[in-house]
Amino acid sequence: MNYRRRKLINAVALAGAVACTLCVLLPLVLIFSNLILKGITSVNLAFFTNLPKPVGETGGGMANAIVGTLTLIGLASAVGLPIGVLAGVYLSEYGHGRLGYSVRFSADVLNGVPSIVIGIFAYTLVVLPMKSFSAYAGGFALGVIMIPIVARTTEEMVRLVPSSLREASLALGVPSWRTTVLIVLRTARGGIITGIMLATARIAGETAPLLFTAFGNQFWHSTLGGPIASLPVQIYTYAISPFDDWHRQAWAGALVLLALILVTSLSVRLLTRGRFHSAL
Amino acid sequence: MANVGTESVQLNSATSNVSWSPIHRQVNLGDWLFRGLTALFAGCVIALLVGIFAILTWESTDAIRRFGIGFLTSTKWDPVFKEFGALAFIYGTLLSSALALLQAVPLSIGTAVFLSEIAPGWLRAPVSFLVELLATIPSVIYGLWGIFVLVPWMRSYIGPALSSTLGFLPFFQGPNYGVSVLTASIILAIMTVPYITSVTHEVLRAVPPMQREAALALGATKWEMIRLAVLPFGRTGIIGAIMLGLGRAIGETMAVTMVIGNRADISASFFAPGSTMASVIANEFNEATYDLYVQVLVEVGLVLLLVTVVVNILARVLVWSVRTGPTGAARA
Repeated sequence: MNYRRRKLINAVALAGAVACTLCVLLPLVLIFSNLILKGITSVNLAFFTNLPKPVGETGGGMANAIVGTLTLIGLASAVGLPIGVLAGVYLSEYGHGRLGYSVRFSADVLNGVPSIVIGIFAYTLVVLPMKSFSAYAGGFALGVIMIPIVARTTEEMVRLVPSSLREASLALGVPSWRTTVLIVLRTARGGIITGIMLATARIAGETAPLLFTAFGNQFWHSTLGGPIASLPVQIYTYAISPFDDWHRQAWAGALVLLALILVTSLSVRLLTRGRFHSAL
Repeated sequence: MANVGTESVQLNSATSNVSWSPIHRQVNLGDWLFRGLTALFAGCVIALLVGIFAILTWESTDAIRRFGIGFLTSTKWDPVFKEFGALAFIYGTLLSSALALLQAVPLSIGTAVFLSEIAPGWLRAPVSFLVELLATIPSVIYGLWGIFVLVPWMRSYIGPALSSTLGFLPFFQGPNYGVSVLTASIILAIMTVPYITSVTHEVLRAVPPMQREAALALGATKWEMIRLAVLPFGRTGIIGAIMLGLGRAIGETMAVTMVIGNRADISASFFAPGSTMASVIANEFNEATYDLYVQVLVEVGLVLLLVTVVVNILARVLVWSVRTGPTGAARA
């Protein structure tokens, strides 16, 4: 092979890599532009304040679904945060033994479990005994999804705390557990919040585990023990329906949901940027 | 840093020789309680994983007893006559995931190579940010986009183009409704690309610069350097990244359910509607009117769980072996 030919192959291959990158970014542009174009016209005040209208009547909004999603996130946090954060603390502080290894392994496997399977789990554990679809069941399912994410990010963030801080505290005679709570966790707080927000962004868009736990609702939920609406399920129901007005609302719902998620994960980026600066 | 915990234990045992034992006992109690509390919550993670397996097995016992191993090899899915076999869904899951990887892997590796070897420094952060953005879009929004944008395109442009060029193959024959295994695989490819790309990028960054310098010093062009020195070095990790993407594709539910057409059938044509294990659960769980029907769907969930767990464990082992493997030694 002469040099000219090798140069040519080189140029073609490198151009191929650039083309791959453009191909990967193309769907992103298409999805965002479609969402904005089709969704923005239907995002208005009524969308945030009104209940869905019955089939045949135009207008209405997704107020109940927005409140429902926030409620579900709250319930999920009640399940997921204590377990996730404390498990993460265990992993970083005491997790070099066999139990630590098993927990880390379980968390990684749990993170890969399809969310629909977690939906079945929550259905059997909460919906069947309560004999009703409920916000609790949906929140429980989402909480289970949060746990491995929160645990692993907490572990990493607590590990980042400089050992000199712990040593200083221990040298002053502060007991080890109080050092962990008062010094280590307080220092790692920003990082732990980052992990929590990432987990929140992830569960906010989950649909599959809610289909047969929270179920969905066209009205305000009267109790947490009953079915509750959520943005993702509402988008799904509207998208597969045959009604044009519902399709329009599905796009609007998708735009609002994506905005919610992006604001959360973008503020995480800003937060972490600030944290790394202060750490240095 | 990991040994700070043990250091503190040593500190406490050192103070125990001093004569203020009452305080010392209190301190130890606190440490013991705190450690026990965190261990308890950490144990919850293991209990959850075991619990998911146990509950799914328990809730599908009758179905497992009734259909046995034949459940995995029968294509009959007839809720009316209470006959169930999951082969069509297993086939749909494997086919849609395989087609998705066929599209996603070259694109992801190309993008990762671009990011780690070609892109100028100022372009790396924004491009990898945009690629990661693909992973933050919820699956239901991919589905929505699939229904209203991709499916019409498949019907009127992509499908006809494929059948006129590759129509001699049985895969691209038959009626093209727009909703199909192929459409689902395109969505899955878009969804798995960010995972495969970011892990591959990480793996390529772990390739020691010496590898590259040695290749360049021997007169290799940049592409020859990538092909001969960089990619072979990262091979294990890249396979791990692909497995990670495969795990995502197998378990993906909403987007697939919305564009695959949901027909419990095996067809040679990629244009035919199909079903995956995840999509059949999403579609039929709320409509399952009798116990055995629910049991069978839970059993499908159990099979899905086992497959994803095995794929994910393999992925972890492969990626992990790269991260902790030798970093300085040259390896061809």
